[in-house]
Amino acid sequence: MTAAPLYPRLEPLLTQVAKPVQYIGGEVNSVSKPFAEAEVSWALMYPDAYEVGQPNQGLAILYEILNETDWLLAERTFSIWPDLAALMRTAGVPQFTWENHLPVRAFDLLGVSFSTELGYTNLLEALDLAGIALHSADRGEDEPIVIAGGHAAFNPEPIADFIDAAVLGDGEQAAMAVSKIVRDWKAEDRPGGRQGLLLRLATSGVAYVPSLYEVSYAESGELAAVAPLLAQVPSRVAKHTLMELDNWPYPSKPIVPLAETVHERYSVEIFRGCTRGCRFCQAGMITRPVRERNIQTVGAMVADGIAATGLDEVGLLSLSSADHSEIGPITTELADRYADSFVSLSLPSTRVDAFNIDLADVLSRNGRRSGLTFAPEGGSERLRKVINKMVSEDDLINTVAVAFGKGWRQVKLYFMCGLPTETDEDVLAIADMAARVIEAGRRAAGTKDVRCTISIGGFVPKAHTPFQWVAQLDPETVDRRLRMLKEKVREDRRYGRAISVRYHDGKPGQIEGLLSRGDRRVGKVIEAVWRDGGKLDGWSEHFSYERWTAAAERELAPLGLDLDWYTTRERRHREVLPWDHLDAGLDREWLWQDYEDAMGEASVEDCRWAGCYNCGVCPELGTEIQIGPTGRSLLPLVNLRPDQD
Amino acid sequence: MQRLRVRYAKRGRARFASHRDFGRALERALRRAAIPMAFSSGFNPHPRISYANAATTGAASEAEYLEIGLAEHRDPEWVRDTLNAAMPEGLVIVEVAEANGGSLTERLAASRWQVQLSGADAEVLAAAAAQLLASESALVERTTKSGLRSFDVRPALRSLTVIDGGLELVVATSEPLVRPDDVLAALTALRPELDTGVPALFSRLAQGPWDGERIGDPLRG
Ligand code: B12
Ligand code: SF4
Repeated sequence: MTAAPLYPRLEPLLTQVAKPVQYIGGEVNSVSKPFAEAEVSWALMYPDAYEVGQPNQGLAILYEILNETDWLLAERTFSIWPDLAALMRTAGVPQFTWENHLPVRAFDLLGVSFSTELGYTNLLEALDLAGIALHSADRGEDEPIVIAGGHAAFNPEPIADFIDAAVLGDGEQAAMAVSKIVRDWKAEDRPGGRQGLLLRLATSGVAYVPSLYEVSYAESGELAAVAPLLAQVPSRVAKHTLMELDNWPYPSKPIVPLAETVHERYSVEIFRGCTRGCRFCQAGMITRPVRERNIQTVGAMVADGIAATGLDEVGLLSLSSADHSEIGPITTELADRYADSFVSLSLPSTRVDAFNIDLADVLSRNGRRSGLTFAPEGGSERLRKVINKMVSEDDLINTVAVAFGKGWRQVKLYFMCGLPTETDEDVLAIADMAARVIEAGRRAAGTKDVRCTISIGGFVPKAHTPFQWVAQLDPETVDRRLRMLKEKVREDRRYGRAISVRYHDGKPGQIEGLLSRGDRRVGKVIEAVWRDGGKLDGWSEHFSYERWTAAAERELAPLGLDLDWYTTRERRHREVLPWDHLDAGLDREWLWQDYEDAMGEASVEDCRWAGCYNCGVCPELGTEIQIGPTGRSLLPLVNLRPDQD
Repeated sequence: MQRLRVRYAKRGRARFASHRDFGRALERALRRAAIPMAFSSGFNPHPRISYANAATTGAASEAEYLEIGLAEHRDPEWVRDTLNAAMPEGLVIVEVAEANGGSLTERLAASRWQVQLSGADAEVLAAAAAQLLASESALVERTTKSGLRSFDVRPALRSLTVIDGGLELVVATSEPLVRPDDVLAALTALRPELDTGVPALFSRLAQGPWDGERIGDPLRG
């Protein structure tokens, strides 16, 4: 297929918009291949603005893997701000890719990465700007196959009408498998057309194709069943799990944005998955089991990544970085290695113990000791048992005291409001905890100049977690509790001035709740919101609660449903959930048991240290925990700097 | 410390890079290329880079200048080539030369600009240009960081010629800085029909000392 670059038509528009640099591409490490020569072409999209989407780790990985393959090509595309989108519509310039400014519609595949459900309206906006039919059922033979991935794809039902397929789980091998299927199908002259290709994707088990499943509903509005329409289509679709992460050191040369972005560091995922078992955490549930990269891979990735990007900050990322079996040696040896260089290291850790402080100390040896972050998530000890976040208040206070004693001056505490069984008292307990932090901090630091920031957001129940059945707290109560908390902090004459409270109001959380546990009928609401002008819902200046509630009422009432039915309603144990046919490996009965344990305030240990408790993932998917310690050290650096003569 | 003066260009799509975008890209390229930079002293050391007179976002340029300090001596051509290999598309290091005394900023006394105007009538343009050159002052308004400001573009205007598809002009580096879009605004004020609705594209062709006729090379002499 040939496609003419759109840049000449785009350039005059770019002179009239804010931050045009974000749209130009051509960044260091971006890859530009001849379009006509690729056997299969991907447009990879993060459905949000460039400044948020470009740093996304998942797409960076897929971009490299796909472009390293000689017969494949991948270009990027992102959401376009309304100022440029309006000009493009007037001038007839369609959604483009960043590398060569080609029309997205000319690609074989449009892969969209959903980290958050609030990106759904951005999908519709991009499809429309691209000139691709909104509904998969209306797409013609020459339109791209639209594939969703990322964490939100674990319940893609609300966008089932708009996507052709969804890939669950790790994308490294899955994206290659999809590419091969498309290549073969094209080479065989497209047998069965678009439907033929979708059938191949579905029967191979690589992807979930919503249009090949029929959803039926019961009188009550609940789902009655989700069943494949054809015998050869599997009744359940399983997630992909990448093993031996040491063999997949990606991204190794991520794109270095020219425009400013939210996150400007080279990130190494030191492990994938998490089995701490926090019951609210979808990421922890759907990325099991834990698979570590060893210290040598991490060291090599850091060295190569700095050389390839020129970035001066390195992040050692994962869902709970301090839990890596070799985190001690990794941080000390890296800190030693880069002691006299421009490189700074960071570890986003939220573990509450003294060990964490040691790590933070090592990483800030020659820097400032500004702020430390902890995530107790629940205000009272009882509530923390419910969510399986086993931190005692005394441990927290002791940890904070150690930190202040070592020169740290600020702690940030993360909480959630609206957790199951939560009462007003649980939320108010956060203020007491913060007051104790300041009290202990002043004593340990020997100065009054210590601060504590409470950051609190509404809890949204997610699919494939033990809380997938619970009633979400209504936004009014969330807001009332948050106001009470703020009030209580303000009234604290001794410590209140040293504490600041940051919260997000409960309204966006309710909409996220609708989308997270929604079924196919919610697609109508998404479409109505987009038609009413809704997009960029992750941005408070663009999000409109009224637009969402109005659309929900309009679209759901004829079905006898409403927003509450999807959010504040508790699900029955045996209710068919919209994502039951999508397999994250978790045994449904284990999830239910864990939910009951939560109600009984019983905790579960981490299977890495306390043994397998049969969540189902490893046997179901044929995976295993892959952790160290290996006892090895960083490999010596060779040829870190390019030749100088 | 070795002081090197650098001429760089913003070409093609990179015209949309702002001054700050360029700064970040340069610092990263200096690290990627392992150029032995000299650093400022102090708690938070910065590589020694001083910028002069950067073109506005959206303008292309063949003639931007800056000065860097190296901790170890390097061949200027090696610096140019190594750095070029590390820069993003369109941000091109054109020339690197030893600093040869005098202030770089002072040598950047004037700029030659090209203004691409699609759809503008050449005769109207020529008439407006003649009228502007004949006048003694031409006030325009522009929103700056400190709010809406009004200033005279005429004193800074050194030459103005109509070329195929637009204009070429020389403006002196002045305070407040007169930009080519200000000159265009002055022309459009004289002849409103010059506003065709299609945005003009600006490119800086040269920057340096002005002898009344030509712009000299600020890296020499
Ligand atoms: C863990 C996490 C963090 C960690 C670690 C980040 C990391 N590992 O990259 C830390 C604490 C550092 C962090 C920081 C921040 N985060 Co964060 N983070 C997450 C979280 C929970 C998981 C991300 C993750 O594990 N990525 C690892 C990569 C490898 O996995 P992946 O992206 O899922 O991609 C894989 C697969 O899903 C699949 N895949 C993905 N897309 C596709 C598409 C196709 C077609 C296919 C086939 C496959 C496929 O293939 C990939 C490779 O296997 C997400 C939420 C989520 N559910 O994704 C938020 C999230 C991405 N973070 C978010 C934000 C805002 C931030 C911060 C900006 C917060 C802040 N204000 O400082 C910073 C910025 C740093 C950054 N990385 O961007 C937002 C983004 C919001 C948005 N509008 O998109 C999210 C969505 C959370 C939220 N709901 O608000 N984050
Ligand atoms: S199956 Fe067992 S070992 Fe594997 S993640 Fe679940 S609890 Fe852990």
